[in-house]
Formats: sequence, C-alpha cells, structure tokens
Amino acid sequence: MIPAAFEYYRPKDMEGVLSLLAEHGDEARVMAGGHSLIPMMKLRMADVPHLIDLQDVGGLSDIEVGTDSIRIGAMVTQSDIITHEGLATAAPILREAALQIADPQVRYMGTVGGNVANGDPGNDMPGLMQCLDATFHLIGADGTRDVPARDFYEAAYMTAREDEEVLTAVTIPLLKGGHAYEKQKRKIGDYATAAAAVQIVNEGGTCAAASIAMTNLSDTPIYSQAACDALVGTSVDDSAIKAAMAAMLGDIDPSEDNRGPVAFKKHVAGIILRRAIERAWSRA
Amino acid sequence: MPKKMHITLTVNGKEEEFLAEPRELLIYTLRERLNITGPHIGCETSHCGACTVTIGGKSVKSCTMFVAQADGADITTIEGIGGPDNLHPLQEAFKEHHGLQCGYCTPGMITRATKLLEEIPNPTEEEIRFGMAGNLCRCTGYQNIVKSIQAAAAEMSAAKEAAE
Amino acid sequence: MKDEITRDERVDNLKGMGCSRKRVEDARFTQGKGNYVDDIKLDGMLFGDFVRSPYAHARITSINTEEALKVPGVLAVLTAADLEPLGLHWMPTLAGDKQMVLADGKVLFQGQEVAFVVAEDRYAAADGIELVEVEYEELPVIVDPFEALQSDVVLREDLVAEDGSVPDGAHGARKHPNHIFTWEAGDKDPTDQVIAEADVVATESMYYHRTHPCPLETCGCVASMDKVNGKLTLWGTFQAPHAIRTVVSLISGIEEHNIRVISPDIGGGFGNKVGAYPGYVCSVVASIVTGKPVKWIEDRMDNLMTTAFARDYHMTGKIAATKEGKITGLHCQVVADHGGFDACADPTKFPAGFMNICTGSYDIPTAYLEVDGVYTNKAPGGVSYRCSFRVTEAVYFIERMIEVLAIELNMDAAELRRMNFIKKEQFPYKAALGWEYDSGDYHTAWDKALETVDYAGLRAEQAQRVEDFKAGKTRSLMGIGLSFFTEIVGAGPVKNCDILGLGMFDSCEIRIHPTGSAIARLGTISQGQGHATTFAQILATEIGLPADSITIEEGDTDTAPYGLGTYGSRSTPVAGAATAMAGRKIRAKAQMIAAYLLEVHDNDVEFDVDRFVVKGAPERFKTMKEVAFAAYNQAIPGLEPGLEAVSYYDPPNMTYPFGAYVCVMDIDVDTGVPDIRRFYALDDCGTRINPMIIEGQVHGGLTEALAVSLGQEIAYDDMGNVKTGTLMDFFLPTAWEVPNYETDHTVTPSPHHPIGAKGVGESPHVGGVPCFSNAVQDAFRPFGNRHTNMPHDHWRIWKTANELGLHE
Repeated sequence: MIPAAFEYYRPKDMEGVLSLLAEHGDEARVMAGGHSLIPMMKLRMADVPHLIDLQDVGGLSDIEVGTDSIRIGAMVTQSDIITHEGLATAAPILREAALQIADPQVRYMGTVGGNVANGDPGNDMPGLMQCLDATFHLIGADGTRDVPARDFYEAAYMTAREDEEVLTAVTIPLLKGGHAYEKQKRKIGDYATAAAAVQIVNEGGTCAAASIAMTNLSDTPIYSQAACDALVGTSVDDSAIKAAMAAMLGDIDPSEDNRGPVAFKKHVAGIILRRAIERAWSRA
Repeated sequence: MPKKMHITLTVNGKEEEFLAEPRELLIYTLRERLNITGPHIGCETSHCGACTVTIGGKSVKSCTMFVAQADGADITTIEGIGGPDNLHPLQEAFKEHHGLQCGYCTPGMITRATKLLEEIPNPTEEEIRFGMAGNLCRCTGYQNIVKSIQAAAAEMSAAKEAAE
Repeated sequence: MKDEITRDERVDNLKGMGCSRKRVEDARFTQGKGNYVDDIKLDGMLFGDFVRSPYAHARITSINTEEALKVPGVLAVLTAADLEPLGLHWMPTLAGDKQMVLADGKVLFQGQEVAFVVAEDRYAAADGIELVEVEYEELPVIVDPFEALQSDVVLREDLVAEDGSVPDGAHGARKHPNHIFTWEAGDKDPTDQVIAEADVVATESMYYHRTHPCPLETCGCVASMDKVNGKLTLWGTFQAPHAIRTVVSLISGIEEHNIRVISPDIGGGFGNKVGAYPGYVCSVVASIVTGKPVKWIEDRMDNLMTTAFARDYHMTGKIAATKEGKITGLHCQVVADHGGFDACADPTKFPAGFMNICTGSYDIPTAYLEVDGVYTNKAPGGVSYRCSFRVTEAVYFIERMIEVLAIELNMDAAELRRMNFIKKEQFPYKAALGWEYDSGDYHTAWDKALETVDYAGLRAEQAQRVEDFKAGKTRSLMGIGLSFFTEIVGAGPVKNCDILGLGMFDSCEIRIHPTGSAIARLGTISQGQGHATTFAQILATEIGLPADSITIEEGDTDTAPYGLGTYGSRSTPVAGAATAMAGRKIRAKAQMIAAYLLEVHDNDVEFDVDRFVVKGAPERFKTMKEVAFAAYNQAIPGLEPGLEAVSYYDPPNMTYPFGAYVCVMDIDVDTGVPDIRRFYALDDCGTRINPMIIEGQVHGGLTEALAVSLGQEIAYDDMGNVKTGTLMDFFLPTAWEVPNYETDHTVTPSPHHPIGAKGVGESPHVGGVPCFSNAVQDAFRPFGNRHTNMPHDHWRIWKTANELGLHE
C-alpha cells in the first residue's frame, strides 16, 4: 500500500500553515499524528497533493487546566491525556475515553485535534466533546472563530471547518458530577459498535444536570438533548433511564456494517447508554 | 514529480543522511534504504504492530509514518535494543519462555515491550495484555509472550535493586 | 575408562526427545535477524505488483498500458496477452483445475490479477498500477453456491463444450456448468435405511463460514533468472518448496535441475502458503523478460482477498441413534464453495480432503458422505487453515451433530460422547467412511478432562445461573463447551496420497561430521513450528549425539532431499519418521564400526544413550563421537568410509491425534459479548518430542480457533465485494481478548510411527473451533437453542438471544 506522491511541508508557525492553505486550497491537508489520514492515503482513498505537517508549529501541544475551563491543544495526543495528572482529577472522563481509543502505539501518535477535526463518525473524541459541551477553536485567513462541538459536525467527514481553516484547540468548561465513557467494540483497535459519553450531576439524590452523547451510531456524533432532559429532575431510577434510552434512540440513526445490523446497534446503544448512566450516576 | 527531501535520521545511535521522496514510509526507509530489516510489515493499516519502533520515547508503527515526518528523529529498532554480546533481558526472556514461534511479530513485540516496561516496570498480567494490545501475534496465543514480559520485568527489577 | 557422569546425566546432555529444549531459532528472531523473503535484497532488483479487478464478475473489453508505461521507473506491464505465447496465461491448480495467471478476457472474483506492473521500486509500481486503464463489462455476480447450481449464468465458459454440454472434470462427472465435482464416501443405501428405521434422528444444517489463515507475513517471492548460467532461483513463502520447483518446471519448461527454490524464514503459514499463486508465475516471467531479479510481496488486502481462503462448507447432517443414545448411522451432505477456480490444496484423490473423517471419535457402524464442489464469484483457495485437509470442517460437523443429538435425546452431551466413543480395544479401528484409526484411548482422556474441570460442578453452576437469569437476578448466561476430536494427519501413504502426482512421502538426509557433530536436511519447512529444535531432538535420541551438535536445514531444494513440505501436521508424522529412520541407518553402520573398534562381533555390542557398549561389559564402550571420528579416519574392512544416511519415508498409515477440550464461557445476553472464563485442553499427540513446543502450539491453535469461531470471516456482499479486507474488520484477536489456557495430556503412541509421534500443531484448532462454538450454543440450550452458525460475533450472539425472546 503506497500513497500517491505529494509535496510535504513542515511550517514553523501557524502563519506558514495558513499561507500554504491559502495557496493550495482543497488540494492541501493539514496532518497531526496522521493515523487517520495516512492509512486513507495508502489505500488511495484520500488524495492529498500537498501535505502540511503541524508537528513544528508551536503552541498546539499544551494542556491548561484553569479554574473554570480546560484548554487542550490540537496536537495533544491521547497518550498525553492519559498521563496528564491535572486532567485525571479535573476531567477523568477524558482519560477513561482515551484509554478506549485504538491501541498504545496509535495513542502516542493520535491527537485530540485530528480525532475531532477529521469528522470520522467512528472517532471517539467528537461525541465526548459534545457531551462535555466543548468549544473548538479554529483559525483561518480571516482570524479565529469558535464553534461549539455540538454544532461542528454536519455529515461523515463534513464539518463546520472550512478547507483553509485549522483547528488549534478545544476548550471544555469545568466538569461537574460523575462521568462515564462506555464503549462496546469487537476488539482492541476497533471503532465502537456503540459508545456513550455521560456526565451527570447529583444534587441530593436528584439529577440536576446531564449530558449525553453517542458515538458511531449516525454519520455524526449525536448529542441527545432529549435523553438529557429525560434524566434531569429524576432520581435516575429505572424508569428515568429507560426514558433516556428511548429518547436517545429517537436521535440516532445507525447503519448496518460488519459490526451488525441496525436493530442490534440500536439495542446495544440503549444498553451501553444505560451502563454509562448507571456508572456516571454512581460516581456523581 | 515532487522533489526529494534531504532527510536526517538517527537510527540506533547512528546518524543517517539521504534524499528521499516525502511519501516514503518509514518502515521502507528502515528496511530497504538502511537495511534494518528487524521491523516487519504485517497489515499496513496500523493494526498489527510488526513495524513498531521507538521514536523519541514513543512506540510508533513505522508503516504509518512518512519519512518526511521522521526527519530529525531519533529512532530505535530491535537491532538497537540488544545484540549477540548484550542481549536485552526481554530478548533473553522471550527465548527462555517460548515467547515466539515464527518470529515475525517478535521484533515489534519486544520493541514495544521495552517501552511498556519503562512506563510500568512491574506490570500486572492485565497491564501487559492491555499495553501489548497494539501488537498482533498469530502463533503463540500471547500466553508465553505475557510470561516472557513478566519474567523480564522481574529480572530487570532485580538487577535494578542489586545496582542500588 | 570410568564414567565420570551418570547415565541420566548422559541422557540429559543429549537434549533428546521428551525434554523442553529451548529453541535454537530464537537467537536470530529475537535480535531482528530473521531472514524472511521481503528481507532479500538483490542488485538491480525490480518490484512487481498487480492491477486487480474491482469487480467480482466482468468481461474485460480492453486493457491500455500506455500511460502506466510512461511513469518513470515502470519497465513493463504484463497482461494475459503477453503470457499467452509462453502458455503461461493459465496455470494448473493443485486440485486438477486450471486458473488464470492474469485475467484472460474476464474476471471471476474481486481482486483477481489483471495485469502485472514491473518497476524499479514499489513506488513506481504503485503509480503505474493506478494508470493501467482496464475496461470492464459487468456480468451477473453469484456468491451463493446453491444459486450457482441453479443459475443460467456460466462462470467458467472454458469448462463448457461448444454444444453447451458439460464435460467431466478432474474428479468425474459434473452436473451443471458451475458444478465442479461430486465426491462420495461410505454406503448410501444402508445409511438411508438405518436412518429410516432409527428410534431417533437428529437433522441439522450448518454453514462453516469462509475465513482465511492470515499469517502475519503475507505471501511473496523473489525470482532471479541468471541468463548466463540458465539458472532460475526462486525465494518465496513456500510451505512446499520442492513441489513448487516441480510445478515451476512443468509450467515453464525450465528443467528442474536449473531451478532452485528456497524458502527462507517464513512468518507463519497456516495453509496460506501451500498453493502456487499468479504472483510467483508473473515474477518468474518478469525476471526472464527483464533479466533482473523481481520481487513480489502481497499487501494485506491482496492477501485476504485473493490467496487461499479456507472453509466455506454448507453441511447438512442426519444422525441416527437408539433411544438410549447409541449412534447407528450418520449422513453428511456438503455443498462446498470453491470460488472462481478449484484451487483447493488437497491430495489428488480427495477433492474434499479428509472430510470423510466426519464420523469423528465415535463408533458409528454406517455412514455416508457426499460433497459437491461449486464455482462462485469468490476467490479460489480452499486450503487447510491450521488443519489437515478439511478436518476442521469434519470435526466441527460431528461435534455439532453430537450436541444436536443430545438435545434430541434430552441427554447430557458429555455422556452421549462417552457412550459412543470407539473403545481402546477396538484399535486399529476401521471407520465406516474408510479410514483406519491407528490408536486411541478416548475414555481415559475424556474422564480426565471432565474430572479436572469438575464437569458436574460446572453443570450445577450453569443450572443455578439459568434460575438466576429467569428470576431476573442476572443478564449473563453460562455456556459449557465440549469437544472431543480425532484428527487425521501425516499425509500420507503414497498409495492413496499425492499432490499433482507427487507422492506424499517425506525425507531426511544426515551427514555426521568427523568430530561428532552433524547436519540433517529435510524436505519440510518450518513456519514457526521449531523444526530446527525438535528434529535435532529426535536425532539426538536416535544417534546419541547432543541436539546442540546437530544442525537442521530445510527449504533449499538444491541441498535438501525431495519432500512434500509442511502442512496438515505432516512434518512430525512423515519427516519426523524419516529422521528417525535415517538416524537408525546411521546407528546400524556405527554399530559395525564400534564392534570393529571394540574387537567384538557386531551383535555383541548394543546402543546405550550415546555409545555402543559390549553386552555384559558396560565398561567396554565406544561413544558415538568416537565412532564418528573412526568412520572418517580409520580403514575398516568391508565398510565404506564416512557416516551418512538418507531416508525417504512413505508412512504406512496416517496418524490420529485426539483430544478433549472444555470451555467455560459467560455471555452477556444484552450485548452479545462473550467472556471466556476457562479453557482446558487435553491433547494426545502420541510420543511427545518437546513439551514446551507442544504447549506453545496448543496455545496458538486455540487462539486461531477462538478467532474463527467468534468473529473471523471473509464476508462478501451480493455484488461479490469483500467486506473484510483489512485487519480492522478481519478479526485477529489481541492479547486483550485472549484468555490463558490450561493444557494437559495423555500419551497414546502411534503404533506404526517409528517413534510413536502423531503431530500436534493443528489439533488445537480442529478441536478448539467446535469447543468455542459449543460453549456459545450451550449457553442458550436451556432456552431452546439448537444450532446457530458461526462466527459467533457480538451481533450474531445477540441475534440468537433475541430470537429466543431473551430481550425485553
């Protein structure tokens, strides 16, 4: 498996990246860890005449845990997330999810930016970011702009990011309550059959806030407001969970693939969500 | 045709300089350009780990990295881990505990395990199985690979204690 | 001279049979110094790669190579039109059919080889492939063999006469243009009669899905034609290098002595590397055309899509029994999907391999088997994936039929097996479908297995779990998988086993060096089995020189004696026997030398571990090392100098390893996720040469069985597109999904094998697949499950639960 030839660039700063993007338009692609893009290029399913490697661009690899938010640079790897001590207490769901992505080697290379910006419905971070109500920071020729994760995804591999824009960081508001990232997959290295990200707040036995997003069950990640609404104000008992599951099932639209037919995926999505809610609630 | 790039790599402590097309995959650079044939090609889609090398302290699947990306990198392959006169404890342990059969996954497996033991010097069986899950083996069923890594970890810990 | 060490120490020093000798191969493999085919680099070496068909069935209307030839570095693009004048556009298959080397006017499966691009490097070849313009005219696609037998769509026009009639094939009459053969074993009418008159008959249809051996190293070769000397050297991933040499000679016309085939280190085979593939032929042709060495290495998608699938058997069984559970008859009907060409790797007289071992470990007086081979628009292959020829299919069939019969009889499946086992005193046992089992002690093995796992306790736990499930206390079910298998390996006796007319003997040639070390060469080739270690152990025990002083060499046809290679667990049964027999020839001559040196009659000395001693005077002896020196340095009346021997061993029978496996599995009813809690494997492979290596083989074979039963498949859509072409979708489990296995053994030597060994590498796969599958199915038995097809991946397990009404 050999990719088509391309011109390679490794600019030192974002200005350089943007000018290359301006010059080459949709013939150019930026690359972080490359573990989504390179296999596609090798299979000649992605044609990239101009490849812009972000590794030398400074300021994209920081994790800042602030008092009211967490900022994660686009070039932060899954492995960085797993080993970062501040994150482990501030946002343990990130570590829990990152550990369920791919395998150790891929986690050293795979980045948050690549995972969220690629628009691959199989990636785990997009749903997670929707659950956490993250904001994506983009930079382009006209300056910077912010897009909420919940508004970012349009279709498979189609996002709000323009071709000449670069995703530089994500910001997550400070998390409250209990969390869970639950994922069913066939084996290590596989995409999710179904995955659920849940963050939930317990105030005196009542659910004060809930956030729920599902992965690989539509052509985009699915943030399910209806499922959240079904939990808020309840004691997260069996009937509330069932209501949340039913609400979520109204929002997803899985398609059949080697992981199984639609009926199976819907059923498993419900089960996975139930387990995620129960685990998150037990930690809330 | 895109121009060739001037590439500098340090591989197993030795500096290498050459011109290459950016799309050259690092695994081919190692195997065909530098004749370092320990790392192997198994799946080409970053699932099997036979091509695993260490780059800047990370275990990397070299089939999924362009040589252009690796320009300037410090790379260690199985050949840099130990040789006839200085076998690494993992190499000894894989031999002692029948941790290999056809040998094709072994260089990647051992290379990955060196890194795992740096991060977790005394791993549990579960940590080994999880930490080695990026490397496929078709022959051993992994049981003796786990055993080999446990034995090497014990050996390395004992040596470290003795040295302290 | 007085002995300084004890006899036991002398035995230990040999590191002979029965000890867990560490592997001599491992030094190079652990240091990255193995030498696999893709490691070979020759001056001026070119790379070849294929343009492949995106369609499963299409006519090719044109191929334009003009643009491809403009790519810098591309030297040639071969098509069928280029190969035709050489008569190489088609090649014979191992199954008596022929196969296109490059598409000759049409393609029959997705990924089929259409053109071969030869370039200075891989990159230019890849770019060239993109620019070869092929025009296809799509034809109706058939991926279902039952449909193929009804269809008007003819897949192989070359096999239909001009008047539309269907001439006989290599295995007799064909009843439809898409039909390949009908093969029968046993007695049809008596079997039908037994079934008609039986107290109880259980009937079941099952599909053993298509899968692939998928060794970690793909197939490949380097062909180098030395035009000056007229010699062709072919390195490659060949499980049978001598057979490849003969095939290359037959199809190319190059005399066999001018062809040298070398199998270097092989990164796993499992049956994938038995066949001859278009890549080999094209590389040879390209080397002849260009005068340069040409390398061809499959990528993983090529591998999964084109070379050597396994299984794809649709099996229907009827098993008859008395109401007490004594089996009286078995009927098995198979529709075998062979893909676009019949390229199955079976002995010539056995187009369905040894499927007629499907009476299993049971004393079944009457049986009948019928197999129909069928063409479809899928890749050719049909290799024995970690098993002897079609034995996984046979064992899966009978071990499922036993379970289904147990359900029919409302009996415990372990007890039903015990009641029907062939008894120890019945061996050698002539089975209803023709084979003569050499030895076995099934009851002992079964009792040991059931006792070790506390079978009764497991059943009690399972019953409790069912109660808890029904009471809503758990959503997990427990399955107890049982299997008792008998393998048939070591093909085979030349009287009934050949491939392309080559008898399936094997060979060993030994040279003892003057200083008491040795080299032995064999006709087999290790792909991870550790032959360099174990064959030296056989010899160490036979000739009394330390295993560490014996080099084992395989895989170079210029130096190794002719043999049929390594697959079907035949190395130990056949080449291992040849090794022992050659060793005994050495010993016979050595005995004469020793007697001469000791100045006694030949019959007055006897062999003892590492020496010949004068009978009744153990202080008078000559070591084998001393004898070796004398053989080269002393004129001995009546004897030629030197100490060498060669043996070509034609086994009198197959060997029949067996085993008893138990798997305990918990199943999450809601997600379909299985969790293997325990796996116990008792293997009886006769005499055990190296327990460490046997255990390693068992671990590996069980893991491949786990993969096949729980998810590994080559799946096609209706258009013949392969849906499982990468390791994302083709299930190879990681360390995380694999359990620890408990291994155990009994020893029932083969009575006809010189050292009593039977072979083991494939047993765990053969026995493991039904064991995992039975565990899944057993979990649902209390709720009415009878049979569901593999692979038992999450969604199919979930579907079983769903259809049984176990979901809300």
